Amino acid sequence: MNRRGFFKLCGAAAGSTALAARAGGRALASAPRSETDPYGILIDTTRCVGCNTCSEACAEAHELPEPNTDEDVLKDTTVEQWTVINKFDVEDEEIYVKRQCMHCLEPACVSACLTEAMHKTEDGAVVWEADKCMGCRLCMLSCPFDIPKYEWNSPNPRVQKCVRCFERTEDGKVPACVDACPEEAIVFGRRSQLLAEAHKRMAENPDDYTDHIYGENEAGGTAMLYLAAVPFEELGFKTNLGTRAFPEYTKEFLYAVPFVLAGVPALLLGINRATHHRDDDDDVTPHEEG
Amino acid sequence: MSVTTPDTATGLSADLAPRRRRFWAFLLSELKPQGKLLTTFNVISIPVMLAALVIVVLRFAGGLGAVTNLSDAWPWGIWAAVDVIAGVAFAGGAYVLCFMVYILGIKKYAPAVRVTVLASFLAYLFYAGALLLELGRPWNIVNPIIGNNFGLSAVLFLVAWHFLLYMIAALLEFSPAIAEWAGAPRLRRVLQSMTLGAVILGVALSLLHQSGLGALFLMSGPKIHPLWFSEFLPILFLVSSIFAGLSLVIVESAIAKRVFAHVMDAEHKKTHRRISFGLARICAGAMFAYLGMVVITFVHGHDAASLTGGMGAWWLVEILGFTALPGALFVVAIKRRSLTGIRLASVLTLIGVLMNRLNVCVIAYRWDAPNHYVPTWMEVVVTLGIIFAEVWVLRWIILRMPILRKPPAWARADDARRGISSH
Repeated sequence: MNRRGFFKLCGAAAGSTALAARAGGRALASAPRSETDPYGILIDTTRCVGCNTCSEACAEAHELPEPNTDEDVLKDTTVEQWTVINKFDVEDEEIYVKRQCMHCLEPACVSACLTEAMHKTEDGAVVWEADKCMGCRLCMLSCPFDIPKYEWNSPNPRVQKCVRCFERTEDGKVPACVDACPEEAIVFGRRSQLLAEAHKRMAENPDDYTDHIYGENEAGGTAMLYLAAVPFEELGFKTNLGTRAFPEYTKEFLYAVPFVLAGVPALLLGINRATHHRDDDDDVTPHEEG
Repeated sequence: MSVTTPDTATGLSADLAPRRRRFWAFLLSELKPQGKLLTTFNVISIPVMLAALVIVVLRFAGGLGAVTNLSDAWPWGIWAAVDVIAGVAFAGGAYVLCFMVYILGIKKYAPAVRVTVLASFLAYLFYAGALLLELGRPWNIVNPIIGNNFGLSAVLFLVAWHFLLYMIAALLEFSPAIAEWAGAPRLRRVLQSMTLGAVILGVALSLLHQSGLGALFLMSGPKIHPLWFSEFLPILFLVSSIFAGLSLVIVESAIAKRVFAHVMDAEHKKTHRRISFGLARICAGAMFAYLGMVVITFVHGHDAASLTGGMGAWWLVEILGFTALPGALFVVAIKRRSLTGIRLASVLTLIGVLMNRLNVCVIAYRWDAPNHYVPTWMEVVVTLGIIFAEVWVLRWIILRMPILRKPPAWARADDARRGISSH
């Protein structure tokens, strides 16, 4: 190889390093973090009577069809119903559990999204933007709570889920479900305030609650927090998620990318120069792959 | 061949001139089909490709739900698992061979490089094409490439960029063959000078996107059966891409030796056996490395009890029947110098890798949920149609360009004058 060829190669190596640095710079900043104390909702299942006013208010606020309020089936959220109330019979008691997006502090769906279509608003709502999404559905694969839902029968499909009424809360209002609840079973506020409130209720009535706030640490913590009278696994909650934020699971790999791109090209070039020993012995006919 | 005009920059031989002057006429004549039209492959592949085309139209008219069994519980099906996740592993032969020939300078494998790089490039091209069918809103695929929608913390963002760059690198690696076919000596020289840079970039990118495909599942851990999930998935995907890719090279070259004999030169025929055995040795080594890693992840995360039940048995089928067995078969066949043995081992290996990717992506994903995803016949037809279309293009190129034979005389003369060896 002549000098020019060598410089060209150096250019290629430098280019890949620059790309690596670019990718790494943001990767180091880890998953998108919004405010340290986002808005959230405290859901006290001991107060919920299963009236479904919240599901109806949600449907109305987002122009969705009439919600499914059938108590006899275990419901999942759908593209047309962003929150559901499920009934659980535990120890002869009927417990109602509201289910919707958990609005994680460090959402898996957001860190999985390569177009930033799924993102966090400044006050902590996880929302989806149509113009950016390319429909890869990795958000669905990654979400520990299986929340994002997809319009499978649309040629222009949207990812749908609870957006925590971010437009209403930006205007100083509370989310539609919170506004509608007649039992004050759901409370809107800063996450730190909600945690304090939850701890207060548990301390004041220790017999009424199991000693756990679901969402305080699950999957790195969520903006939606739950109180319950019985252990959460009996209410259909996932209890195998751990306390590590999900984007952390990809951190090592993302770190490895700039490492490899910065180091490997130079190493390969070195090995190539060592095995194609032209400059070492001018008598040998030079050879190079064509 | 002697160089006709040694002082001209190009050393064009007389037979090349008309080809260059009348390129469009030449291209049109090359587009015509060669050989028999009524072959078994054509009879099977043409209806499948036509059916796939119709299904693709239905898919874009009615959404993915119109033709697939995908659902909120199983957002990825066989289009992603077979075409993209497994297909890219099978295309891994190119980076391994390029590393050996261009970086390590092992000339023994040089005759296998062009056809492998070509097959790999086409695999990426067609699987990126398959991705367009798979994506819900494919017109937004440019978002992570241009504009300000860079999801830099996303594994898929890196994989997407690596795919794109790797396709360019693979095309550059292969491009001298196009220049030889088109009769463009100056272009050939320019493209040749970029080969090493492209290889270096290509190998680095391959290490990352082969492992990156495993990293896509790192946040799906709680949903994948623990026997198939571990935090080492990226490394397991990378190591298995080595023997997946090389097994495909062994199988492909066995087929090529039969069906493309008339466009294959003596050197390619002569070296076929030697190269196959060499690749088989690397396969065996990589497979035992992989098995060692699998055993260690198993010992750390599980006990014998997790092997009971249907999923445990299924895991043993994959690991013992389609990884350990072909690995052992490679060793025995190499010892006994049995070409048939290593071909059989390669086929078993390919099945094993396909099983593994399908398991991680689809079968072991929510293994315990009711009404598990099973692909529709339309998903199967489209998957096959894409593979057939790729083989059609591969065949078209192999029949016309110097892939399985030496470069044309003028190109070799040019190389000889510049003191580089062509293969």
